[in-house]
Parts: sequence; structure tokens; C-alpha cells
Amino acid sequence: MEKEYKIIDEAGLHARPASILSQTASKYPNSIFIEFNGKKLNLKSILMVMSLGVTQNSTIKIHVDGDDAETVINSLEKILVEHKLV
Amino acid sequence: MIFKGIGASNGIAIAKAYKYEEVIFDISDSLIEDALGEVEKLESAIIKSVEEIDKMIEKTQKSLGDDHAAIFVAHKQIAIDSEMKNQVVELINNNHYNSAYAYNQVSQSFIDIFESMDDAYLKERAIDIRDVSKRVLSHILNIKLPNLSEIDEEVIILANDLTPSDTSALDKRFIKGFVTQIGGRTSHTAIMARSMEIPAVVGVREILNRVNDSSLIIIDGSTGDVFIEPGQKQQDLYQRKHQEFLAEVEMLKMFKDKETLTIDNVHVELAANIGSPKDMDATLNNGAEGIGLYRTEFLYMDSLTAPTEEEQFISYKQVLEKMPDKRVVIRTLDIGGDKKLDYLPIDEEANPFLGYRAIRLCLDRIEIFKTQLRALLKASIYGNLHIMFPMIATMQELIDAKKVLEECKNELTSEGIKYDDVKIGIMIEIPSAAILADKFAKEVDFFSIGTNDLIQYTFAADRMNQLVSYLYQPYNPSLLRLIKMVIDASHKEGIWTGMCGEMAGDLVAAPILLGLGLDEFSMSATSILKVRKLFSKLSKQEMEVFANKCLEMSSNEEVHNYMLEILKREGKD
Repeated sequence: MEKEYKIIDEAGLHARPASILSQTASKYPNSIFIEFNGKKLNLKSILMVMSLGVTQNSTIKIHVDGDDAETVINSLEKILVEHKLV
Repeated sequence: MIFKGIGASNGIAIAKAYKYEEVIFDISDSLIEDALGEVEKLESAIIKSVEEIDKMIEKTQKSLGDDHAAIFVAHKQIAIDSEMKNQVVELINNNHYNSAYAYNQVSQSFIDIFESMDDAYLKERAIDIRDVSKRVLSHILNIKLPNLSEIDEEVIILANDLTPSDTSALDKRFIKGFVTQIGGRTSHTAIMARSMEIPAVVGVREILNRVNDSSLIIIDGSTGDVFIEPGQKQQDLYQRKHQEFLAEVEMLKMFKDKETLTIDNVHVELAANIGSPKDMDATLNNGAEGIGLYRTEFLYMDSLTAPTEEEQFISYKQVLEKMPDKRVVIRTLDIGGDKKLDYLPIDEEANPFLGYRAIRLCLDRIEIFKTQLRALLKASIYGNLHIMFPMIATMQELIDAKKVLEECKNELTSEGIKYDDVKIGIMIEIPSAAILADKFAKEVDFFSIGTNDLIQYTFAADRMNQLVSYLYQPYNPSLLRLIKMVIDASHKEGIWTGMCGEMAGDLVAAPILLGLGLDEFSMSATSILKVRKLFSKLSKQEMEVFANKCLEMSSNEEVHNYMLEILKREGKD
């Protein structure tokens, strides 16, 4: 399952939410990826997420494989919304 | 032999040098058969590293608070990063690399990625990755890293630079001082030394190559002097200076929690000037009764792009939360003049100090101004916020600035975002505003006199130009009369006047200002206790008489000599 998001925060996907995002992703057994600018990387890795350098007005895609993919996506989406990233 | 560096934390230390040099790991690229065994080695190294980091988190939280511990929380995340580990395991399994070699390859590739980034914040993460990777590698290789927390004799640490891990576990009984080859007054080592109250000198190039381990050295953290193998006379001299410094610190500490009161029981407020939330520890340790000037331009200067509303909000909130019941004056962006920003190009000007800067620039680039005002308003619910506009020359500028602030308030209201009632003030640093202070006093809640600029504009002397530096005349009666006018005008309207320039912390000028009726003195945190001690021995009433005499004099020197004489006569110099 996958879903697209447009990042609206001026600072892009910055350190604090990125770190919460990858911490949350790590709680699930599913394979979870973030896709940006042609690169598809492990969302559970804070280093990977920060190294993407996602800027304002760019679109990211989140992929979740496995069971309960919808629950996982929803909990990640909640973080994006709470931090006013989308 | 004397070396000269930058004094980063006051005090004198005399002790043996402890050279703390980076361990270079010798990592073999030999291939391995037992992949499973290597992965186990890696896993156990990560576990040991995390245990160490957890201890540092705990220790730092206790000794310095959550803010300082945050860096180690980030270290922990890097240590357990799943992708990093996966990549290492892959190299072990597929390429038969030994675990140290594989780990080093992967961490180096991340360091390279982060070092090449434009974003200053992300660039700095490379340092964290290096720090963590050193720790994990030491466990894989079973090499014991030199550990500063195990030092058990008095030493002064000499290093190229110190990382947060290095400084987290220091024992003040043994670590008498720091000397580093790189860094400035705001580097990690300098800030750490000040919050631990350990003398430090930074930016002493090449010192590691010129000093032997265990040589006796003396450092003077206020002047930046470092003496190698000093003679007996010099040792005696600095031993004495050290005792004097300690006695002074001890004595001043008695004033830390005291209210600032003169002999005749008049209270004035002694506040601190800060440039970042990081300065708050020193501010509180020195008994500041408020923040008289938060220079927000450092937020902009330390960044490669304009700081966002959220970033600014966090900084302002941090400061307000540390002083919830005290007055915090935050000055809006004062850029231009000698301070330039890459992302905000300003055309070359013949007279930048007379040109496009501070409020002039903000009123022209409303978006930048609004971002800051919105962040300030949002933070206002966390304390007693006073917003101050710099470089106001005319009433129209004040009206315009207040109008923008009103617009921001309306925006926030319609977005349903809460803010508190904020007080508004202006900097008095242009003579036109000082002369018209009686009119301005009706429109604001406070004044703060910026002496560096007020002096340069009153004497028409560029303060960056050495040839006219004699015109920097803080005691000149012309300036004192201007200050007097401003203070009197404010009191007539029932508002207060502060001062946030060097002059407020000057032990000769402060008594005159007290006599002129100044309500708030804002200075660098380290001057506060000295001024509080001085004021505890002065009578406000007496100072009024002396200050009035100064107003009738005709030169800077005359006032200066007169005040020195008086302070000496009363044993208060």
C-alpha cells in the first residue's frame, strides 16, 4: 500500500518530525519505505530519511508492505499532520 | 613560551597538560569466513555503545538538563539505525568484509553524505555520526578509548577540539581547564566550559605539536593567554591571580540571589544581554533579573536560509520558559550595517551604518518582519514578553511597525492561535528619537537606550573606523544629557527606560546612570554580580547629586576623572 504527500512546511521534512517518523515506523514489523526524487529508502532509518533532504513543496510517497498496512500508514500520516508538514 | 588564543571561559588554571589526541584506528581490510561471528561482534558492539550512550544521557540530564542531553539521544538513534546496520551486515555477508572494515565503510559513506549538505544543521550531524562510529568501532576492535572521565589527577586538557561525548563526563575536581586548537567563543567547548565554570582558552593553533604531555602550563581564560613551562615567578603571580579570582567569584556569589538594592533601598533591575537560548544557563547562574536584550540576529546569521516561523518560535519559547515570571525584551531583527546575510543580499552602500538596516529593512521586506512577529506572538504565552523595535528614527516608523504587529495579531486570531498581550518598546539609539522621546513615550511601554549606536550617531564617528575611535566617548556630558532627556521623558509618562549597551555594565558609568534615574541595566551576564555588588554600596540620592554635576561638565575626561575620584574616595573602585 502506498500514499503520496505534499510537504508544505517551509523547512521541508526537518529533523524533529523525521526522527519521530522513523521511530514510529520502527515499531511495526512491516517493511516501510519513503520515496522521494527517484530514491526509495528505508523509513525506519533516521539517517536515510534525513539524507533525502526533502524540501518544501515536494512530494513524498510512503510505501508499507505486509499486514495492517493501513493502520501503519494512518499512524505515520498522523505525525505528518500533527507537525503541519502536509 | 606564551601562546595566545581566545579567552572562552574566565578563570586561571595551573596544572599539568593532558594531551587528548584522537585515536586513529588501524582497520585491517582482511576478509573473513565466519560471517555469523562478525555480525555478532557488530551487534554486541552496538549494544555496548548504546549502554554507554544511555549512561551519558542519564548523567547529562542530571548535571546539565534535558537540553544538553538531547545530543546523546540523537547519538543513540544513530547507533541503533536499522539501515546503517543492514548495510554493514550486507557487506559482511556478501563481501566477506570483517565487521570493523564494513562498519567503517558504511559510516564513512553517511559522513560524506551529510558533510556535503547545504543545510548547516544536517552538516553538523556528520560530527555526531563520526562520534558514534568511533565508539562502535572501539568496541568492535576492543580498543579502549582514552576516557577523560577516568582522569584522577589535576590536569588541563589540550585537544584539537572536544566533542559532546568528551565533555559529558568530566570531573571538575581534576579537570582544571581546557585548551583547544579550533573553535571560538560560541563553539561547543566554550559553551560547555562556561556552564561548568572551568577556565578555557580556544583557538590556540598548533599547541598540540608544541607542548609535551605533562608539561606544566598556566591558562588565563579571560585574556586567552597560555604559558608553557612557566618560571617560578610567573607561577607565583598566577597563583595569586587565581586566588583573587576565586575570592572574587565567592564574594560575588553572595549577590546572586539578592535583589539589586542601593544603600538607600532603591531597586533597579540588572538584566542580561543574550544572543541565543544557549546563553540562558549563564544568565540564570549570574542572577539576572530579566533579559534586557535578546539579539535575534544570531538566529538569522547562524542559518543558511531565513529561519522559519517554527524555528524562531522554538528559540523564543525556550528563553521565555526559562524566565517565566521575569521581563524578557526581544529585539526584532537588526541586520545591515556590519551584519550581513548571504540569503538576504543588500546592495553595497557607501555608509552602511547610515543605510538600509534594522527596522528600515524590516518595514521594506514585510514578509521577513511578519514571520518574526508571528513567531514572537505565538511564544508570548510562555512568559512576560516585551517586543522592541531597533533603529527607530521617526514616529512614522513606529506607527508602521505597530501596524504590522496588529496585522499579525489579527492573522493569528483568525487562525485560532492564542497569544498574550505583549509590551512594545523602542531602542533609543538615534539622536532624533532621543530628542523626541517625550512624544515617543506616549506611544510605547518602555525605552531601551543602545549606547554603541547612540554614541556613534551623536559624535558622527563610525565605530568600525580606528582613526576616529577617540570619539567613542561614553562619559561625554552631551551624551549624558541626551540620556537624561530620555529617562525624564519616560518617567513623565509613567514608563521605564533601560540601557542595553556596553555602558550599562561599565563600573564607572553605571553609578552615573543610577543617578540619572535609569530603571534597567542590561549587560553581559558576567558583569551583573559586579554591578550588583557596587550598587549595594552606593546611595541613589548621592549619585543623583554626582550625576547632576557630571551634566554640567564639558568633556568626557572631566566626567571620567571625577567619577574615578569619587568611587575611589568611597572605596568603591
